[in-house]
Amino acid sequence: MTERILSVLVEDKPGVLARVSSTISRRGFNISSLSVGPTNIEGRSKMTIVTELDAVEQVKKQLNKLINVIKIVELDPELTIETEVLLLKVSINKESQTSVIEKANLSNAKSVDVGQDYAIFELTGTSKDLDKFEKLMKPYGIIEMVRGGRIALQTTV
Amino acid sequence: MNKENLSGAELVVRSLEYLNISTVFGVPGGAILPAYDPLYDSPVRHVLARHEQGAGHMAEGYAQATGEIGVVIATSGPGATNLITSLANALMDSTPLLAITGQVATTSIGNDAFQEAYTVGLSMAATKHNYLVTKASEIPQVLKEAKYIATTGRPGPVLVDIPKDVLNEVSKWVEPGPINLPGYKPTLEPNPKMIQQAVELIKKSKKPILYIGGGVIHARAHKEIFELSTKYNIPVVTTLMGRGGFPDGNSLCLGMPGMHGNYTSTTSIQQSDLLIAIGVRFDDRVTANPDYFAQNAKVIHADIDPAEIGKVREAEVPIVGDAKSVVIGLIEMLGETVLDVNDWLEVISKMKNDFPLTYTQKDDGPLKVPFVLEEIQKLTKDEAIVVSGVGQHQMWISQHWKFEKPNTWLNSGGLGTMGYALPAAIGAKAAYPDRLVLALDGDGCFQMTCQELITASTENIPLKIVVFNNGNHGMVRQWQKIFYNNRFSASELTHHTPDYVKLAESMGAVGLRVSQKSEVKNVFEQMLEINDKPVLVDCVVDPEDMVFPMVPSGGSNDKILLSEKDLENL
Repeated sequence: MTERILSVLVEDKPGVLARVSSTISRRGFNISSLSVGPTNIEGRSKMTIVTELDAVEQVKKQLNKLINVIKIVELDPELTIETEVLLLKVSINKESQTSVIEKANLSNAKSVDVGQDYAIFELTGTSKDLDKFEKLMKPYGIIEMVRGGRIALQTTV
Repeated sequence: MNKENLSGAELVVRSLEYLNISTVFGVPGGAILPAYDPLYDSPVRHVLARHEQGAGHMAEGYAQATGEIGVVIATSGPGATNLITSLANALMDSTPLLAITGQVATTSIGNDAFQEAYTVGLSMAATKHNYLVTKASEIPQVLKEAKYIATTGRPGPVLVDIPKDVLNEVSKWVEPGPINLPGYKPTLEPNPKMIQQAVELIKKSKKPILYIGGGVIHARAHKEIFELSTKYNIPVVTTLMGRGGFPDGNSLCLGMPGMHGNYTSTTSIQQSDLLIAIGVRFDDRVTANPDYFAQNAKVIHADIDPAEIGKVREAEVPIVGDAKSVVIGLIEMLGETVLDVNDWLEVISKMKNDFPLTYTQKDDGPLKVPFVLEEIQKLTKDEAIVVSGVGQHQMWISQHWKFEKPNTWLNSGGLGTMGYALPAAIGAKAAYPDRLVLALDGDGCFQMTCQELITASTENIPLKIVVFNNGNHGMVRQWQKIFYNNRFSASELTHHTPDYVKLAESMGAVGLRVSQKSEVKNVFEQMLEINDKPVLVDCVVDPEDMVFPMVPSGGSNDKILLSEKDLENL
């Protein structure tokens, strides 16, 4: 199955996230990533929903029925700029410290906090970049990590 | 209007008046209590139901009979949760409904206060849209929007939840402004290109079928459908929700298709080369296994809800639009076209002759529901609004009753809510006090909402109810006979408990009983003569009777069981 990215413009009203996610789960569809945030237009938020669904047409139609959903665009992967943010807390000790920092630098991850036995890195990039960085850090012992969900914009319409 | 100070509760009642709501159904309670005080002085009629589910179905019956919005009021917590069934029912059958619920005070929300339930969350999947109002000043605009959303596009239920402190908050009446819903703009007018493509398919078709459903009733498109069918000789199948959208008396009407549809209706779809589907959703009770449904047919699918098109069956020509506008468009573009359908009409006419609906009523045998239905219809001269419950009796009514007009057949189609008939009939009779409203119910269904007979008596709503008493959950029993080796687990009720005649009398209605063929005419004449009180007829019928034709769930519509004999080959 191929990945499909929906960019959903919604009214910034209470419960709109619940309406969208409940519509998706109620119809038996799964989502692999969902992010939501304000837009440049007041009172409008944008959700980026990533699904691996053949039934994406039906998802779009069902979401379009929600009164607070204004517009749904399926993004063309060829024309889409996509990014995601990651915060990752990894164990460090005297032996590993240098190589952890080196690998983080090479991955363009920014160190945002360093303690006695841990370091926290921030990385922005495509989901693949983030996956790669996670893999690199795994041997050192990942204590905790969080990803912000994918966001995307199309270069041309 | 003037600018005097009004409470949120007064704004609710004034908004109802402003929106031309003349009747509401409901049950009061703590959180909604402020709204009941101004209602006391209002010209809006309040019908006090005995249970909120009943109140919801009353509002649905009112809406199904009139085509206008039905309004129901309930309190917070259990009041709102009791409403959920009727909301889900209205959503499935696209019935325009406005539900107003009380909520605990904004300061208590989320604290598990007395009679608190998360009504907006609970009703989210059972409504077209819902609101939590947080300021009294918003009430007129929200109620106007709610009515607009409920009644336009594909109609449906909208719930407005109002906390008690908002009902008590003092504000002013401001006439609601224009509707501004950027995410809600239903497409009414079809794309002319699609109409043209549809017309091209129709012109080429040798075996067209017009497959119509509830959307035709909602759009009040019955006259246009009649013209489309009769001008071009296109036979019409009417789904359960579409019954009455085309007159049964016309020879082009084939009646209900599907699981318990008649042979000709179901089979004509299977043999057709073109389905002109208007205001239908290819429900599983119509299609059976969709892989085997109308395999030789191309599909023109017109619906006001784009999500219905392609949901179950891909359409060669998808048309988004209001049924009436679509059909007008088709007729205009077809012009004086003459379709080559004479052979097809002959095939259909032969099917009708070879495979009629049958039943056998013996003079001294137990009563059969189809026989009783035909006898009642003879006495009522096609004037009745017929309201049904869910199950065997519902299927028999749809098969045997002759519907000539839209909005004369009210039932719970999509959700299959037992208990719908009596309260929905109360709603219909409240809308049309001078018309004959007949609830034709099963005994299992009746027992689910029978307390509403008290509502009918005390609110002076003299409807008639026939309880087809087979002492069983008949359809469950039928499935147990066919699929569960006659193991009648939990399907037996009894013919005599309750004593329906005494129950009716105790509830302020007249109770009659019939169990013999020789009494049928006399008893139903008596029923029709009593118009100052509700009348209940306990009609004792054969528990062994089964509904045929039948297509087992998930099977192919090519394999129709026509009678009990066909079960041997199952």
